[in-house]
Amino acid sequence: MAIVHDVIPPFQLFQPASVDEALDLLDARGQEAWVLAGGMDSFDWLKDRTKRTSVVVELGQVAELQGIRENAGGLEIGAMTTLTDVAEHAGIRERFSLLAEAAGLVASPQIRNQGTLGGNVSQDARCWYYRRGWHCYRAGGNICYADTPTAVNREHAILGADRCVAVNPSDTAPALIALDAQMVIRRKGAERVVQATDYFRGPDIDITRMTVLEPGELLTAIRIPATWAGARFYFEKVRDRQVWDFPLVNVASALKADGGRIADARIAVGAVAARPLRLQAVERAIAGRPMNDETAAMAGEMAIQGAVPLRHNAYKVPLLRNLVRRAVRGGPPGATT
Amino acid sequence: MSQKAVSRRNFIKGVIAGGVAVSSAAYLFRSSPLLSGQAARTGGVERLLALTVNGQTRRVDVAPQETLASTLRYKLGLTGTKLGCDRAECGACTVLVDDVPRYACSVLTHAVRTKRIQTIEGLAAADGTLHPVQQGVVDEQGFQCAFCMSGFIMATVGYLKKHPNPTREELAHGVSGNLCRCQDYDKILTALHRGAELSRGVARG
Repeated sequence: MAIVHDVIPPFQLFQPASVDEALDLLDARGQEAWVLAGGMDSFDWLKDRTKRTSVVVELGQVAELQGIRENAGGLEIGAMTTLTDVAEHAGIRERFSLLAEAAGLVASPQIRNQGTLGGNVSQDARCWYYRRGWHCYRAGGNICYADTPTAVNREHAILGADRCVAVNPSDTAPALIALDAQMVIRRKGAERVVQATDYFRGPDIDITRMTVLEPGELLTAIRIPATWAGARFYFEKVRDRQVWDFPLVNVASALKADGGRIADARIAVGAVAARPLRLQAVERAIAGRPMNDETAAMAGEMAIQGAVPLRHNAYKVPLLRNLVRRAVRGGPPGATT
Repeated sequence: MSQKAVSRRNFIKGVIAGGVAVSSAAYLFRSSPLLSGQAARTGGVERLLALTVNGQTRRVDVAPQETLASTLRYKLGLTGTKLGCDRAECGACTVLVDDVPRYACSVLTHAVRTKRIQTIEGLAAADGTLHPVQQGVVDEQGFQCAFCMSGFIMATVGYLKKHPNPTREELAHGVSGNLCRCQDYDKILTALHRGAELSRGVARG
């Protein structure tokens, strides 16, 4: 619960009607502008006054950022498409059910009705010290309050920590990585496309940002190539409550079988590091091996190599191992929803 | 008690309707100048909106940073929409925006200026006939303190628009974005499920 219970401090609000208009605004005001999609992350910062802004660019009026379209045999999802629309879309459910499942497990119905796919993958780190406004590394300071002998860090990272031990809690991010999704990023007069894996940044590269988005840039769409359509998918999210909660650990996998063997695989995990992690070493190791318990067990053991638990989150190590094992073995999720 | 007794709720409504909203807002916000006293900034959106609320066009002056829950409660006097956590963590403020349940505490009023907004006040028919979900709640006496009730009812009404014939479990998932601090979930679900039956015209068996 927040201590400050008040209205948001004043800001100037812009509601562009097109992507070009939005990009013009961000070009002119990029350093100070706060891009508002569904707002499910933004409002916490602004109401708690742990972050402030003088200019908000609200994207809800931009029709071209919404909706799901066919694209080169795959799909292109506008960044402002709601998680509900992603979870319920017939084409996504039929060909890329991994993503529909992940989106349907985010938070609560009302949040999925408003939260967007672009916002879900661009949300800020989950760490209550950081979010309460403590002046930590990520906030520009020189200490991590979650990594001290007395810190409460049950939900923090076990992999890839570098000063900051917060996690990226996105549920859709591992699914998008497992689907080889591409993020379409535009700025005024330019467009670049990055792989979903490369969209996320760890603290070793930039401790104050979660993604590669630069000021003035906008994530406009997410493309799902046809590559993994109809593959064998597995998604599981483990959380304290069965709804309306962030993951303790989540896993997404896409596997193609050739006879009884794994021809090709993608495995990604979330909420164990500051960025969703694609487990490429595991993917390479299981390729060509029989799809059985032995291969699954090996994948699980590989996934936790290098894990460094904090005082209260050692449980995440076996949890991650077992989830990756299940993701390779397949079958109905054990503990989801 | 006399019918003419002035309740706190009607007093506040009267004050707002009476055009002294500024002083009432100042009272409610502990004299915070942010909502009412703020000078208009240049650039950006027009503050004067024509909102469609419960089928009516309501002209209202809205600050850029104002949430829908603030506008509904403190500008339009629609205090049936409750503010519990103000952080999208409880569901008490649930309203329908173009028939879809949303947390009014976590949406800018300006972001829904072209949408149809429906609150608990807009559910009953003009002649006072309750909405079937409201009637289900009355029949089953589902709520204890009922602070969360309007949010639960709006979430249910929105859910039933897409899923008119839910099982009890499906309905529980449909209203899983609403919390009850009295922990009255079993009775609430019974009442809302009765409301779903009444919405489909199922007679009491």
